[in-house]
Amino acid sequence: MEVFLQQLINGITLGSIYGLIAIGYTMVFGIIGMVNFAHGDVFMVSSFVALIAFLILTTWLGVTSVALALLIVLVVAMVFTSLINWTIERLAYRPLRGSFRLAPLISAIGMSIFLSNFVQVSQGPRNKSTPPMVQGEFVLFTKNDYGVTLSYKQLIIWGVTAVLLAAFWYLVTKTRLGRAQRACEQDQKMAALVGVDVDRTISMTFVIAAALAAVAGTMYLMYYGVVSFADGFVPGVKAFTAAVLGGIGSLPGAVIGGILIGLIETMWSAYFSIDYKDVAAFSVLVITLIFLPQGLFGRPDVEKV
Amino acid sequence: MTAEATSERSRLTGALYDAGVTALLAFGLLLPLIGFLTVTDIRNELVLTTRWPLLFALAGIAGFGRLFYALSIEPWLRQRALRPAAVTPPAWRVVLGKWFVPFAVGFVIAYPAIVLAINGLGGSVKWIDNFGIQILIYVMLGWGLNIVVGLAGLLDLGYVAFYAVGAYSYALLAKEFGFSFWILLPLAGLLSSFWGILLGFPVLRLRGDYLAIVTLAFGEIIRLVIINWVDLTGGYAGISGIPRPTFFGIPFTANEDGFAAVFGLEFSPIYRTIFLYYLILALAFLTAFVTVRLRRLPVGRAWEALREDEIACRSLGINTTNTKLTAFGMGAMFAGFAGSFFAARQGFISPDSFTFLESASILSIVVLGGMGSQIGVAIAAVVMIGGTEIMRELDFLKKIFGETFDPTQYRMLLFGFAMVLIMVLRPRGLISSRAPSVFLKQRKTIGADLVKEGHG
Repeated sequence: MEVFLQQLINGITLGSIYGLIAIGYTMVFGIIGMVNFAHGDVFMVSSFVALIAFLILTTWLGVTSVALALLIVLVVAMVFTSLINWTIERLAYRPLRGSFRLAPLISAIGMSIFLSNFVQVSQGPRNKSTPPMVQGEFVLFTKNDYGVTLSYKQLIIWGVTAVLLAAFWYLVTKTRLGRAQRACEQDQKMAALVGVDVDRTISMTFVIAAALAAVAGTMYLMYYGVVSFADGFVPGVKAFTAAVLGGIGSLPGAVIGGILIGLIETMWSAYFSIDYKDVAAFSVLVITLIFLPQGLFGRPDVEKV
Repeated sequence: MTAEATSERSRLTGALYDAGVTALLAFGLLLPLIGFLTVTDIRNELVLTTRWPLLFALAGIAGFGRLFYALSIEPWLRQRALRPAAVTPPAWRVVLGKWFVPFAVGFVIAYPAIVLAINGLGGSVKWIDNFGIQILIYVMLGWGLNIVVGLAGLLDLGYVAFYAVGAYSYALLAKEFGFSFWILLPLAGLLSSFWGILLGFPVLRLRGDYLAIVTLAFGEIIRLVIINWVDLTGGYAGISGIPRPTFFGIPFTANEDGFAAVFGLEFSPIYRTIFLYYLILALAFLTAFVTVRLRRLPVGRAWEALREDEIACRSLGINTTNTKLTAFGMGAMFAGFAGSFFAARQGFISPDSFTFLESASILSIVVLGGMGSQIGVAIAAVVMIGGTEIMRELDFLKKIFGETFDPTQYRMLLFGFAMVLIMVLRPRGLISSRAPSVFLKQRKTIGADLVKEGHG
């Protein structure tokens, strides 16, 4: 029971990170029908930006307040990652819109290879570990010498995720931009006819996706304290699994799918074998796609002649 | 001031403006990762250093590149677009189209002899091995995947899994039971093909991107199982000491019954390399030949029909399940052949050789070559793999950028960049025309953008 509760806490934390990345996949897939393969690497890049921003703040500018530092790091990572993703969309995906269906996917795979190798070349292949940013934890209860703890880091991740999801929810359902996004998702030509700037809306979608990935990247760095150039691929695929599990195109689905994947992974590590935890996540992806291709909250794909 | 001069000037200011914006954008993009470098110091703590000159140089290059593009390449492109398209292709293209394939075949057959003539016995191993064999493996894998992706239109991102199955089949069976390469080559193909059908079966209902992702997941699962099943596969350490292929029973060793001694030659590793070169060449030709013949059979025609329109196929009574499974099985078989060859050539295999990056490279070769075109796939393999291999040879760059400069670490960076660039410039691949395999009176090649290619 104690183990279960502890893993529940860990799983939700990990799942929040996956959920934030998964939103990026699901939004982009919803609006242009493309699996944005480079999104995992955009997440990794954002983690590096956060690392550098954190080092500048603490070692050069001497910011001692951790809360302030984290807030600034978050904003800086969001701004730079958005800029990067905006440029990627502009250079690598936009010229291929309306081209045949494999072209953007191949372009995205190339971009993914480019980004991870760019970071490897520019920052070196070694793992980068930071001193712990936030320390301390609540001990919820102790039984048989096994204390169930909720660390401050985990609380911060929950809080930041919840606040950002609320802001994001407002953006998509209540604002003009969100309405334009939903319109483009349904029918781009029609949306263009009634005056929606489709190109701009798609650009904004990539910017929002990148901003959420940057939040995930910052949280990832804070939680694990270590990042390397190769850290984009596996979280990327897991987040994509989350998006598929929740029903691709569905925003609440992405978050719930993310939390489910996080839970499956931590529970699997605790009760079965830690070596095979990635196999478990990939198997979930396969099983979902075969038996429930529309996901938990998605619309079934209608086949048209 | 004439109107022309005004437009000339506004073009210049516009170009300058664009160049400024590009330089600023590049500065912003590169600021965190190029401007700052995180290094671990002696006390094992991360510290920051800055690289301002590099950052400014790169931003400057981006700006000047944009300026150059706007002033010289863009007007040239605009003029070219105005010129009427030639009705008949120029003479050199006709000659090239006619003689390219015979010339290329002749060249690859004569390649070891040419290299030997230039470099002599000692210096040739590298050229035949790194360029010849390495490229031919990818040509063969590309042609194998071409059956699945190019002909049947099934997007497979986990192709490397079957390559791994072939390699591990050969390695394990050869080490445990001592079977020879020639028995295990078909057996590895068979086993891979079996896995292809097994994994193909559950995913047949999926289409397009979903299929791609499931095959990716399968590829990763197989790799993770190889890593974690240490008893069988050795895990990360891999399998070493894999028996090497023999020349019809004669090993390539320095012993008395070795190849060199039997044929009365001085011992040199080059003989094995040349033998392996012709072996993979033969396997690659086999792949190409089988594919060409299959395209004329009903099953090959069914593949291509499936690629263009799955619903139409079904309504015409084609069994789509069997058609897809044969494509999967056939593609996997050639990957198995290539895999067992790879294990035999290296003598050592580990999971590192079978990552997603390999699958992505093979797929990109197929797509960049222009899906379905075998010549295109071969050219793309030469360009992409040969291009990255040649990065190893650019030692003169060290003289320019200093001794610490290592061109090999930029290989994959340029590989990814080239993938994006080719897609943006030629989304249909290098050879982007379609020749029909069945025709009424006259074979007419059309541009691939005229082909519908439904999602399958």
